[in-house]
Amino acid sequence: MLPFILKRLGLALLVAFTVSFISFSLLFLSGDPAAALAGETASGEDIEAIRRLYGFDRPMIVQYLEWLFAAVRGDFGESYYFKLPVAGLIAERLQVTMTLGVCGISFALLTAVPLGVAAAVRPNSIIDRVALFLSVAGQAMPSFWFGLILIVVFAIQLGWLPPSGADSWRHFILPTIVLGYYAMPAIMRLTRAGMLEVLNSDFIRTARAKGAGEGRVMFKHALRNAIIPVVSLAAVQMGFMLGGSIVVESVFALHGAGYLAWESIARNDLPTVQALILVFSMFYIVFTFLADVLNAWLDPRMRSS
Amino acid sequence: MTDMTDPLMQDVQGPSPRDLLKRRVKGHLGLLTGVGIVGLLVLVAIFAPLLAPHDPYAQSLMTRMEPPVFLGGDWEHPLGTDHLGRDYLSRLIYGARVSLLIGAVAALISGVIGTAMGVAAGYFGGKVDAVVTFLINVRLAMPVVLVALAVVAILGGSLTVVIGVLGLLLWDRFAVVMRASTLQVARRDYVAAARSIGASTPRILLTEIMPNIVNNLIVIVTLEMAHAILLEAALSFLGLGVQPPTPSWGLMVSEGKNMMLFEPWLVLIPGIVLFLLVLAINLMGDGLRDVTAPENRS
Amino acid sequence: MTDDTLLKVRNLTLDIPVGGGTLRAVRGIDFDLKRGETLSIVGESGSGKSLTSLAVMGLLGKGIKRSADEMTFEGTDLLRASKRKMRALRGDRMAMIFQEPMTSLNPAYTIGDQLIEALLLHRSVGRETARARAVELLEKVGITAAESRLGQYPHQLSGGLRQRVVIAMALMCEPDLVIADEPTTALDVTIQAQILRLLVDLTREMNMAMILITHDLGVVARVADKVAVMYAGELVETGPAASVFEAPSHPYTRGLLRCIPQPGKTERGAPLGTIPGIVPSLIGEVSGCAFRTRCPHAVPGCRAAIPMRGDDVHGYRCVHPDGAISAEREIA
Repeated sequence: MLPFILKRLGLALLVAFTVSFISFSLLFLSGDPAAALAGETASGEDIEAIRRLYGFDRPMIVQYLEWLFAAVRGDFGESYYFKLPVAGLIAERLQVTMTLGVCGISFALLTAVPLGVAAAVRPNSIIDRVALFLSVAGQAMPSFWFGLILIVVFAIQLGWLPPSGADSWRHFILPTIVLGYYAMPAIMRLTRAGMLEVLNSDFIRTARAKGAGEGRVMFKHALRNAIIPVVSLAAVQMGFMLGGSIVVESVFALHGAGYLAWESIARNDLPTVQALILVFSMFYIVFTFLADVLNAWLDPRMRSS
Repeated sequence: MTDMTDPLMQDVQGPSPRDLLKRRVKGHLGLLTGVGIVGLLVLVAIFAPLLAPHDPYAQSLMTRMEPPVFLGGDWEHPLGTDHLGRDYLSRLIYGARVSLLIGAVAALISGVIGTAMGVAAGYFGGKVDAVVTFLINVRLAMPVVLVALAVVAILGGSLTVVIGVLGLLLWDRFAVVMRASTLQVARRDYVAAARSIGASTPRILLTEIMPNIVNNLIVIVTLEMAHAILLEAALSFLGLGVQPPTPSWGLMVSEGKNMMLFEPWLVLIPGIVLFLLVLAINLMGDGLRDVTAPENRS
Repeated sequence: MTDDTLLKVRNLTLDIPVGGGTLRAVRGIDFDLKRGETLSIVGESGSGKSLTSLAVMGLLGKGIKRSADEMTFEGTDLLRASKRKMRALRGDRMAMIFQEPMTSLNPAYTIGDQLIEALLLHRSVGRETARARAVELLEKVGITAAESRLGQYPHQLSGGLRQRVVIAMALMCEPDLVIADEPTTALDVTIQAQILRLLVDLTREMNMAMILITHDLGVVARVADKVAVMYAGELVETGPAASVFEAPSHPYTRGLLRCIPQPGKTERGAPLGTIPGIVPSLIGEVSGCAFRTRCPHAVPGCRAAIPMRGDDVHGYRCVHPDGAISAEREIA
């Protein structure tokens, strides 16, 4: 299994490296970052001063390497807007985003897996139809709109939960539902499809022929095999969710890394934006790497090869 | 010897594949619903100038935030007016143009990119495949919403920029699915047979590979179209997509958000229409997959 | 006779609802099995032989309707047994060996886990005892280094080894009846004979009854005490193996026998026999002899219900009193 892990790690590093280059070059998309930074009213001299101050006058590749080496050491430069180190800003905000991400994926797994199993055990039953409906609706639901509807109903009309902020666990309930519901349909469908396939396989018949009861057949024999691909998907979804937290955080005014990203984009705070794109990408890369390793460990066929 | 009137000899042969397809399409409620709603909205978008009761851009400070008919408004503005007094129904109708245009063109651009990459990877394998797989990995690692927002912010929000950005970002699923489908087809005997009689690579790709993966392609086109429409709405909602005063459903939700406390319908109406369109496109995509390849149903 | 009868099946009928009708998959099967006896059910794919065995085990898929006048196993009425009772019987008193050794073991667990589970489900013994029993059985089915195999996963074993494991698993509780559903079909020809030999030796040694399902008449001739020939869901001929091979009475049985080359009898270069035509659709009402659409001796009378002919031991279901054997001799 070690060669597999090493190979996978190499790929992860290469992807990370490429992503870092892309997120850095985004800065140059506008043609002249100094002009963009100086604003529309700046004079030619101002722009020139800014260009020298931030080192935009040097070749792009030099700037990139400098930025990369600093980033590896945890230094993402200084925010144009806050005039503070970007790394500190992000670290502070990540706590909220991570909490939201973990809650979101847990919510998604806790609803999607049981629902998927139940739907697979009784195809075309009421529960299968409900699961299908929830997943089809979830895939079509604009999450910002879903968030607003939840606020209107549960915060404004019923007054059960706070509409925005991050002061207590109650503030996280609605955002968790919105973010979790985003990941739920894919997990539910994969669980259902996996269970259906596994339940039709010969070894399930073997387990029944041994005299195993239905519960044992479902959970020990079937789910153990069907859950393997779900683990990968959950990791991928977790990565997507952190990236998607920008929408949810802006709807619920949760001041996490996603909210910071939104603010920074609106303020042209390029170092912060670059760093956030890189950080969110790293999360995705790390999650999928861990998922692949976990997957290999869960699947005996991969573990021994 | 055998008696053809014997009941045992009847109906040993099943229906033809074409009959089966027809039967499956007719029996697929989801597909029919999806096609119906999408078709209707396409017609609405095309004939928007004829259908819209008012100019979607015309402001009227005298008639701001009038309620829709079902909340006590009058038929002059069936769905009421927004905070600038613009007719909500007209904006909704023109908004269909924006959503469908962005969805279709973005899916087209990403479809061309992703299909080219996926088919090349699946057919040639080896280094080409390694490079494409790597690019897919890189693309998946980039947070779509964040990158799209940043790029739109840098380049300025216009319909063209939003379409371009989404088109260049959403090719991943095309590449993944087309790669897998091509791999599957390229291994079949008839491809080897075509090669053995000296058919050129472009010819094989066009006449042997494409017809066999086009079903999957159509399914992904619909699903990615839905994806692009949702993303445009999210970008516009965040204020970094299509810019006002263009009528975009996401923008309408965003503009209505501030009055949400008192006039929740301002948020509800464009959201429901957006939800319905995406739902219909997804139903169409899922339905197409079911009827063209029932064995791949998930 | 009644005392040592292990399994008794009368008028077993299986219906599968399909789009636009009912598939009459098995129609009115009777058979008996005594302790230590081997019954072979023979027929081509789709003849209902596997369904029949699954019906005995109570493992039919959802939606398949089972009915019978009688179905008893060791005095237990299988038609009325509770799910709990059936579970207790399965794996303990009756066990099953499936066709596909590559897929009939769970890929996520070790061989040891799966063998031990088979015992622990029915016996309250410790894990160590179960482990010892697993090793004992692996050795019995001819697996070397049994102890170390316990920790291996199915994918690490060859097809032949896996089938030995599946056999060992079926025998963990020393069942009285083993149902082997084409146990050698998926294996290499050289392995087939070994596995078959092993099954026969073990059933003799442990005095188990066996239902061997196969489409390979060569196999039947070597191991079976009794043969039941099925065609399109019906029993067309049944009797002691020797008697059926010596005097095949149903035209279908004779057709099957002509399909296998016989050393010394089949002439070199002579075409092997085939049975022309295809199996009829069994959807809807099926009456009379199902083989009539392919039978060279079919007459209008074949459409009527046909009783079993012959004696208590060797019976066949044909409208011709002699199974049309005289007609066949005339042609030849």
